[in-house]
Amino acid sequence: MLSLDIERSLGDFRLAASFEAGEGVTALFGRSGAGKTSVVNAIAGILHPDGGRIEINGETMFDAARGINVPTPKRHVGYVFQEGRLFPHLSVRQNLNYAGLFSRGMPASEFDRVVALLGLRELLERRPGNLSGGEKQRVAIGRALLSSPRLLLLDEPLASLDAHRKQEVLQYIELIRDEVKVPIVYVSHAVEEVVRIADTVVLMSAGSVLAVGPAEDVMGRPDLRPGEGAFEGGAVIDAKVVEQDMEHDIATLAFDGGTLTATNVDALIGEPVRVRIRARDVSIALERPRRISIQNVLQGTITGVTAGSNGIVDVAIEVGGTILRSRVTRRAVEQLGLAEGLPVYAMVKAVSLTRAGSPPA
Amino acid sequence: MSFTPEEAEVLWLSLRVALWSVVVSLPFAVAVAYVLARASFPGKTLFDAAVHLPLVLPPVVVGYFLLLLFGRRGPLGEILDQWFGIVIAFRWTGAALAAGIMGFPLMVRAIRLSFETLDRKLEDAASTLGAGWMGVFLTVTLPLALPGVITGVLLSFARSLGEFGATITFVSNIPGETRTLPLAIYTYTQVPSGDAAALRLSAIAVLLSLGALYLSEVMVRRATRRVRGDDAVA
Repeated sequence: MLSLDIERSLGDFRLAASFEAGEGVTALFGRSGAGKTSVVNAIAGILHPDGGRIEINGETMFDAARGINVPTPKRHVGYVFQEGRLFPHLSVRQNLNYAGLFSRGMPASEFDRVVALLGLRELLERRPGNLSGGEKQRVAIGRALLSSPRLLLLDEPLASLDAHRKQEVLQYIELIRDEVKVPIVYVSHAVEEVVRIADTVVLMSAGSVLAVGPAEDVMGRPDLRPGEGAFEGGAVIDAKVVEQDMEHDIATLAFDGGTLTATNVDALIGEPVRVRIRARDVSIALERPRRISIQNVLQGTITGVTAGSNGIVDVAIEVGGTILRSRVTRRAVEQLGLAEGLPVYAMVKAVSLTRAGSPPA
Repeated sequence: MSFTPEEAEVLWLSLRVALWSVVVSLPFAVAVAYVLARASFPGKTLFDAAVHLPLVLPPVVVGYFLLLLFGRRGPLGEILDQWFGIVIAFRWTGAALAAGIMGFPLMVRAIRLSFETLDRKLEDAASTLGAGWMGVFLTVTLPLALPGVITGVLLSFARSLGEFGATITFVSNIPGETRTLPLAIYTYTQVPSGDAAALRLSAIAVLLSLGALYLSEVMVRRATRRVRGDDAVA
């Protein structure tokens, strides 16, 4: 459990952030310069806020009013930095064991477990100098885990990796999330990462928190999504696999607004999945369309029409208890007379799976 | 080329003086370099200037101050003599002290530079892993500053081997006790038949300096590769 309420001024930049983070993965999401890294640095004790307080598992780490400021080494917060920051003069094994030098030592079983979990066995005797970017980040994650942290901070751990390595490291992070019961604070400006990994999202912009909530809520609100092109906005839905049609490679997913079908779902019947439906993939019809190739047609009601720039309008459609987003032109809104309260059919062209097989905490 | 007993004595004494001056001043130089690189306090500029003073003062002046302080009747010399029975004026230990002080600024500069240029983010990383400042210093800061430390040691070692002015003023020119290489060369140049001997000793000095430079270059290169992690590609 993390509870935080801090402020800090640095020149013109003012940081004022307040949120609580529970089990699972909490993503600090926002553009570069939003103050995300400052927040995690404050949690780690590397940066000192001007005021406020920080609590981890009910223990006060920082409290300006009471003059409490627990020094970094005593906070027991594992920190994975954007650039890894492995010690270049030490081997991978020595990097992993580093925290053991300053604690009463860790059991060998813990070392073996983390090494096995992150696939580091082959790398142990090597030096950071000849590891690939992805390997470096895996070692950095292992090193942080082996400091027996109460909280794991990941600051854009994929930022310096190419697309292929990103996927690889992301899989390991998901593994950590599911296998190691440690709360994770994950800093990122990439929608894909946040949607895939986060349970809770803290949306930041220009030094302040715009929204805090479950990933599917925050990531679904177009008004809150800064710096993101028209391509990326959409809805995030938690669903469950109810049928797998192996012959056509199509799975049927149930959510609280009905059912969806999606291809290539790597999950068993009964398993929870998280899918993302981008606003640009949703079209609107006033009557139920017939004889079309689109497999997912959902009946719902318009709950909001928000004009954007360049003649684009964002339409919110409530389907059961879920809000879908559709991005249409202003002319289409006028021609169809789209307005709040109107019953419509949402045609979903593509459903992308962002997370399979693990229940959101 | 084999050394005469006299040459061997001079050489041995010079190495002993230079070695001790370096060994004793190294911990102080590391501490001063660390403070200058990291701390900010009122009077820091003055402190910095004081550390560099031996570099710009005439060596004779340094030697004379040492004589005033550590001479038998000097304030520090008297305490050392009466309380501990230690006399350093006109002894080889005094020569080591003079050499150490003259080489001190060179050592501090080199070490300080490497403290200032190393990646301090690694120190933050170490502290998140539980290391207090002493732990960070010993396991990250100092090992990463090793190339600078080696350079500093070599510079001050070379400076010590060549020390003349402060030494002759403070501890005089006593054969077998304080007559180091430069003093011996100087002595030979002062007698009519001493040219050959002076030349031989000068040649030894050149070889010694070259050897020290070469050794340090090799060590610095190795240490640099190690702290950069380049040597991992074996």
